[in-house]
Amino acid sequence: MTIDHAQQPVLTVDKLVKVFPGPAGHEHPAVNQVSFTLESGGSLAIVGESGSGKTTTARIVAGLETATSGTVDVDGRVLAGRSRRRTRLANARLVQMVFQDPFGSLDPRQSVGAGIKELLAVHFGWGTAQLTERVTALLQQVGLDERHANKLPRNLSGGQRQRVAIARALALEPKILILDEAVSALDVSVQAQVLNLLADIREATGVSYLFVSHDLGVVRQITETCIVLNQGKIIESGSTAQVLDSPEHPYTQALIDAVPKPGWKPRRRT
Amino acid sequence: MSQEALLNVVDLSIELTDSVPRRTLVRDVSFTVRQGESVGLVGESGSGKSMTVKAAMRLLPRAADATGSIEFEGVSVLDMGRRELARYRSSDVAMIHQDPRAHTNPMQTIGDFLIEGVVSAGLQSKAAAIDRAIGLLDEMGIKDAPRRMAQYPHQLSGGLLQRVMIASALMSEPKLVFADEPTTALDVTVQSEVIAIMVEQIQERGLGMLFITHDLDLAAAVTDSLVVMYAGTVVEKGKAHDIYAGPRHPYTAALLASRPSTTHVKRLVSIPGRPASAYEVPTGCVFAARCPFATELCRSDRPVARELDGRVVACHRAEELTHELKTAASA
Repeated sequence: MTIDHAQQPVLTVDKLVKVFPGPAGHEHPAVNQVSFTLESGGSLAIVGESGSGKTTTARIVAGLETATSGTVDVDGRVLAGRSRRRTRLANARLVQMVFQDPFGSLDPRQSVGAGIKELLAVHFGWGTAQLTERVTALLQQVGLDERHANKLPRNLSGGQRQRVAIARALALEPKILILDEAVSALDVSVQAQVLNLLADIREATGVSYLFVSHDLGVVRQITETCIVLNQGKIIESGSTAQVLDSPEHPYTQALIDAVPKPGWKPRRRT
Repeated sequence: MSQEALLNVVDLSIELTDSVPRRTLVRDVSFTVRQGESVGLVGESGSGKSMTVKAAMRLLPRAADATGSIEFEGVSVLDMGRRELARYRSSDVAMIHQDPRAHTNPMQTIGDFLIEGVVSAGLQSKAAAIDRAIGLLDEMGIKDAPRRMAQYPHQLSGGLLQRVMIASALMSEPKLVFADEPTTALDVTVQSEVIAIMVEQIQERGLGMLFITHDLDLAAAVTDSLVVMYAGTVVEKGKAHDIYAGPRHPYTAALLASRPSTTHVKRLVSIPGRPASAYEVPTGCVFAARCPFATELCRSDRPVARELDGRVVACHRAEELTHELKTAASA
């Protein structure tokens, strides 16, 4: 994997702040002055625990949440809070998201193929033949075939459902794919398949990944750079290898120590 | 470690009777938990690990039929009468569930939740139970226990509530604790803390523990011995350290190899296909369809679990593959 540093970053997040309303005087900043850039074709991890603000950050980048202040610049285009339908659709083609639970993010009453076709029709207005061809190609890209196009999500296994979610996200050829704990709910043996698939897809398409995860093993395999969030703030950032091998912040060290491994002794903090 | 067997499961099979043909969920599972020993029951979705534990507590759904034998201190759990069963569940064994929020009553205070079981079973007086509950919360590292007793589950974080669950499991002074994925829903640093407390409390009391998890690394770190299940059968069991250092069944080796490492980047060795359930696998070895080492024999004859170098393995080729599996697992 080569990164062309002369290239414009595909994503620039600058001083992002998100404050959720609370009782007067107790407004809670979920994301606090978060800035980072993602190189074109690169892969960046947002690491943190529950409540660290990692998912909120990802949702703002995806346009599902509006920032209190700060800017998100995707491929030279500033994503504003409210916009017209045409702009929204164009923005949707830039950033796509895969969620943790594929069962909750797919329509239970729509077949896999019909779902992808609907998506393509809204954005590109293609004819039937072209739609069918593209659906087959997309399913093949994620290791499924035409037979799966007619199935409902409930007739697929967890790994297959997550592959469908990835195919749907890739359908619009986004510049950035946001993966929010996308492999956390999968069995270990299936998780390995999906991780390999994600590596292959990035190699083949040059899409950039924004990978939200608490799992440091997964982060190590799939990303080149990472930021560690704690209580809404970036406490450490750098290349994934460097951050995980020689963490500078005690919190990052605590995260690494908490991963079960041979000879691991669970620790009490209190 | 005492040699006295607390829980002895022999040739346990579980079938669903409400489908035609009957669906097998668990097939010929045998293992033992001794006093003071912690045993890890490891497997992926559909491996039958949760069903096995439900059977050990006689909590199987009505349509599930268990055969074989489950003995607790020599008494058959499957043949217990109502009163015996009530006593067994209330004072001999306890269960820690995966999701504490689903197993607490949102309308009941932590204090009432903790004392309800022992008071209604007539094991302790209300005053004694309250004292004990406060003492246990204290030992779980929960500061300000009396105040927590008056709070409701929604006022506690997930990690704190799981500690309350551990305290509730210890209330009746059981001899054996079933922990069903007790930390899967928690953050890693919280998991580390909750596991530390749970293991410490269980070891201090010399209790037996059956630890159910999908995480082989976690199980190997906290248990004495492992039972690895796939598609409703035991594929390998033995000392946790031995299995972790040198798996003898291709499935165990593949599980170890497919776990992403935090220290180096590698192309993960993925197991093709998906985890199967017992009723889906054809005759022959349950893992044959996904096994890179499978031969004709593996596809036609199901291997019998047999002793091999101090552990039990159900694989035709275990001897000849020793070296390959060790390399595969550590690759």
